Amino acid sequence: MTAIYQALYEFISRFFSPSIITLVVTTLVYAAIPLVFILVYGLVAILGEMKISAWLQDRLGPMRTGPKGILQPIADILKLLQKEDTTPRAADRPLYRLAPWVAFIGSYAAFAALPFSVAYIGARLNTGIFYILSMGSLVVVSILLAGWGSDNKYSMIGAMRSVAQIISYEIPVALAVITVVVIAGSMDLQTITDLQAGGINNWFLLGGPKHLEGFGGSTNFVLVPVMLVAFAIYFIGSLAETNRVPFDVPEAESELVAGYHTEYSGMKFALFFLSEYASMFAVGSVASILFLGGWQSPLGDTMNGPAMGFLWFILKGLSFVFAQIWIRWTLPRFRVDQVMRICWKVLIPFGLTAVAAASVIAVAIQ
Amino acid sequence: MPLFDIFFYLFAAAIVASAAVVCFSRNIVHAAFSLLFTFFGIAGIYVLLAADFLAISQVLIYVGGILVLIVFGVMLTNRVTNIDLRSALKSRIPALVICLALLCLLGSFLVEGHWMKFDQMPWSRSPWNKDAIEQATHAVQGTPREILDHQGSQGTAMALGTLLLTDYLLPFELVSVVLLVALIGAAMIARKETFLLAKHNRPEGSR
Repeated sequence: MTAIYQALYEFISRFFSPSIITLVVTTLVYAAIPLVFILVYGLVAILGEMKISAWLQDRLGPMRTGPKGILQPIADILKLLQKEDTTPRAADRPLYRLAPWVAFIGSYAAFAALPFSVAYIGARLNTGIFYILSMGSLVVVSILLAGWGSDNKYSMIGAMRSVAQIISYEIPVALAVITVVVIAGSMDLQTITDLQAGGINNWFLLGGPKHLEGFGGSTNFVLVPVMLVAFAIYFIGSLAETNRVPFDVPEAESELVAGYHTEYSGMKFALFFLSEYASMFAVGSVASILFLGGWQSPLGDTMNGPAMGFLWFILKGLSFVFAQIWIRWTLPRFRVDQVMRICWKVLIPFGLTAVAAASVIAVAIQ
Repeated sequence: MPLFDIFFYLFAAAIVASAAVVCFSRNIVHAAFSLLFTFFGIAGIYVLLAADFLAISQVLIYVGGILVLIVFGVMLTNRVTNIDLRSALKSRIPALVICLALLCLLGSFLVEGHWMKFDQMPWSRSPWNKDAIEQATHAVQGTPREILDHQGSQGTAMALGTLLLTDYLLPFELVSVVLLVALIGAAMIARKETFLLAKHNRPEGSR
């Protein structure tokens, strides 16, 4: 084996310098880490969805596959892979085939800028949070592709509802993000996380860092109401952006079968499914980075560090996923007009107020 | 700098190929979706030119906004009202004149522009430049990834923001007024019909 690697390395190094090879290999390894994470987390999230919904409805959930049914997601995935991959005869084939991949690429690309720990961030971009927001637009395009390509009226209506909803809710989400960016003075997610070092009282939800110069010291507690509003807006908006209940009008089972992915089966459906769950974690972890300290420990220096950072980050992200599942199985669905009214008449005015208030306070106290 | 070249040609090929589909496809929906690859390719070129903020704005505004609106418009008119929309060749001579004028304009930029050499670009301190990597490997101890982070360009967001609110404040405000006018106009046009309809359908004796 070593000889093969040696030969391969020498062959490649004839064309590229060794530092370029190291760069390419590290880039590939770095890129693979979130992919592995998404796949493992997908299994946990499927089981979580089944078990939590069962507990909320006073059922047991899957119990037969493995101890307490914990192998059920693996069985489900094996079943999904064996299913026939159908394509409707009237479908627009290239678009129909492209859609699930665009959806998954959009969700996966967002993970590139997420700081999992001080030791791991796929790409430390100066415009990290802006990049994550922009990758959400790929998901919108994929929904349109699926809705159009399927040649099915339910898919079509689902896609149009979904896109109208997502592009509307991008505005309050961006306003909530800007509130934090104004205070932090940076769009780099690693910097935003670093600012919140030193325990729970330095989190942006509670006004931001108290010990650093330029953040108003302990007087920045006046930001707490602004941040609470921004956090609430971000959380509600992120539910809508991932098409989760109570904002699931695009896939409302009682009206539209399954919305934009009605016609998809097998592996293509699995990609949509994985993309939705990856997005759920991504929006949750962005909320935790912006407001709840990202990978920073809530206890200050205790239990903090590169390895514990992963633990806190994943824990915070998963608690948002838990909240999303909890809400899904507790609340009924909004009507389409209610969804739009909440966005344009409630969230956006509050979001604009939060940005204005944060700007004024930031200038006043810094 | 072979990696830089490879990525440049990849993006350039994607732009040209998808733009050709936009121009020549008779299926208007395929043409619209093919814009996705054009916009992404252009964003990729911006990244290679060290314009990080511009690249992300490109994706956010063109893919997330304009492309979605174009497709949305096509979908609403096409499938819902059963009008078969096809692109066709029309008014060839004006199109030819405009295209030639644009070509001359772009050509003059190409000939007369002050182009930066590769090693003058901000990215020449970047991972794409192997000399810079080797230099940095001596300067900074650590994994290539740490060197990459250390070397990361300063970013253009702050410079752009400062320029927009100082030197280019008037154009910036004018553009926002134009957008506001367009927004109000769109709302007026959209509400007009429902308003008239409501007036027309109002039962006798009400009000």
